[in-house]
Amino acid sequence: MANVASTANVRGMNAEPVARARRAQPSWRARAERSAQNAWSGILFGVGLVAFVDETVFHQLLHWHHFYDLGSADLGLVSDGFFHAVSWFATIAGLFLLADLRRRGGLHWARWAGGVFLGSGLFQLYDGTVQHKWWGIHQIRYVEDLLPYDLTWNLIAGLLVVTGIVLLVRTRRSRTLERETS
Amino acid sequence: MSAVSAVSPIPTSHAHGGGTPLDVILMVLFAISWVVYLSGVVSSHSRGRPWPLFRLVFWTAGIALAAAAVVGPLADAAHESFVAHMWAHLFSGMLAPLLLVLAAPVTLALRTLDVTPARRLSRLLRSAPARLVAHPLSAAVLSAGGLWVIYVTPVFESMQTNRISHLFVHAHLLAAGYLFTAAVIGIDPRPHPPGRAVSVVALVSVMASHGILAKNLYAHPPMGVPVSDAREGAQLMHYLGAWAEGTIIVIFCTQWYRAAGQRLTRQVSRGIVDGSARR
Repeated sequence: MANVASTANVRGMNAEPVARARRAQPSWRARAERSAQNAWSGILFGVGLVAFVDETVFHQLLHWHHFYDLGSADLGLVSDGFFHAVSWFATIAGLFLLADLRRRGGLHWARWAGGVFLGSGLFQLYDGTVQHKWWGIHQIRYVEDLLPYDLTWNLIAGLLVVTGIVLLVRTRRSRTLERETS
Repeated sequence: MSAVSAVSPIPTSHAHGGGTPLDVILMVLFAISWVVYLSGVVSSHSRGRPWPLFRLVFWTAGIALAAAAVVGPLADAAHESFVAHMWAHLFSGMLAPLLLVLAAPVTLALRTLDVTPARRLSRLLRSAPARLVAHPLSAAVLSAGGLWVIYVTPVFESMQTNRISHLFVHAHLLAAGYLFTAAVIGIDPRPHPPGRAVSVVALVSVMASHGILAKNLYAHPPMGVPVSDAREGAQLMHYLGAWAEGTIIVIFCTQWYRAAGQRLTRQVSRGIVDGSARR
């Protein structure tokens, strides 16, 4: 508190509320209050993260993925367009939500990480099943035997989802509140 | 280039290298819009209300990019190369509008105009038609829809051969791009600001539509455009467009974050929320 007051004095009267709001100390109560925001911030960032890895690693660095396989249906193209738009927005918005949690003292890293696992897993699963297999926008790699690639891709996605769910359940609101009192 | 120039075999009145009367008229128009803004800045300063220099820089850069799309070497190359054509489109449809919106011309106008014209301007901005086109969803339809019309109708062919229709398309892109950017991240005063959720939906839809159109152009090159040129242009549209959109998202989220911070500050000062460590 002393620190907060001195900063406010230096900046003048008007700066005081801003300084106090920005310097909210982390507490388990604040984390419990912001339980949903922690999960959503992580999920949004996870969705963006997996799209980013997909784009940089598989499209740009390895050149395994193609920009677009011409044969796919219009529906696949529409899905792909929204996939990119949503993930781009989610990455940035997720990080702003994270900054908001920090200034409120409500950032719960374990819960946030759970959200990241769940978000990235769900999107990778969607990409690996619906977009690659059902609509055939593009394949993981252009080789004869695609099965090992598809299996690995979707198994990793499943693992991410399970890890995310476990973390989110373990960091649920009621448990977080318990830590405040203990 | 020579192989590509077979795209428009019909000789047109369009002389390369600039210097046609139309070029001169366009340059004069761009110069006027720059001088008018500059005189607003000077007038604001002389009245003791400084105008941020970076806004003048944004306005200058925005005008320069809009001009480069229709006059000069890039505009000439755009008639022959699809990649150059796409650069010109990204300039006039995305980058120039973004820079011009960030220059806050309406705020500057309201600040420097005399009372009567300033009132007229604010009445115009509050009018029903202005509110309709300035809404994020209608601006999104104008902007994204217009782009589809260009490529799936004969508009593209006509703009490649006809200077006037080329100009008309760029004027539309600039205006629709400006309206949309202002609707989502406008910093000029707005009598009826849209809800954040509506803006998010509009923004994501326009981004998706842009990406879908890019891949569509990749698969189906416009009439007369060689496949390799079309694919390079389509990927440019996809990736450079994503960066311009990313910038808009960051600005949008920053505005949201700041507004939430101000609400938090008010709550803290009223004692609704305890901002300090004691909970």
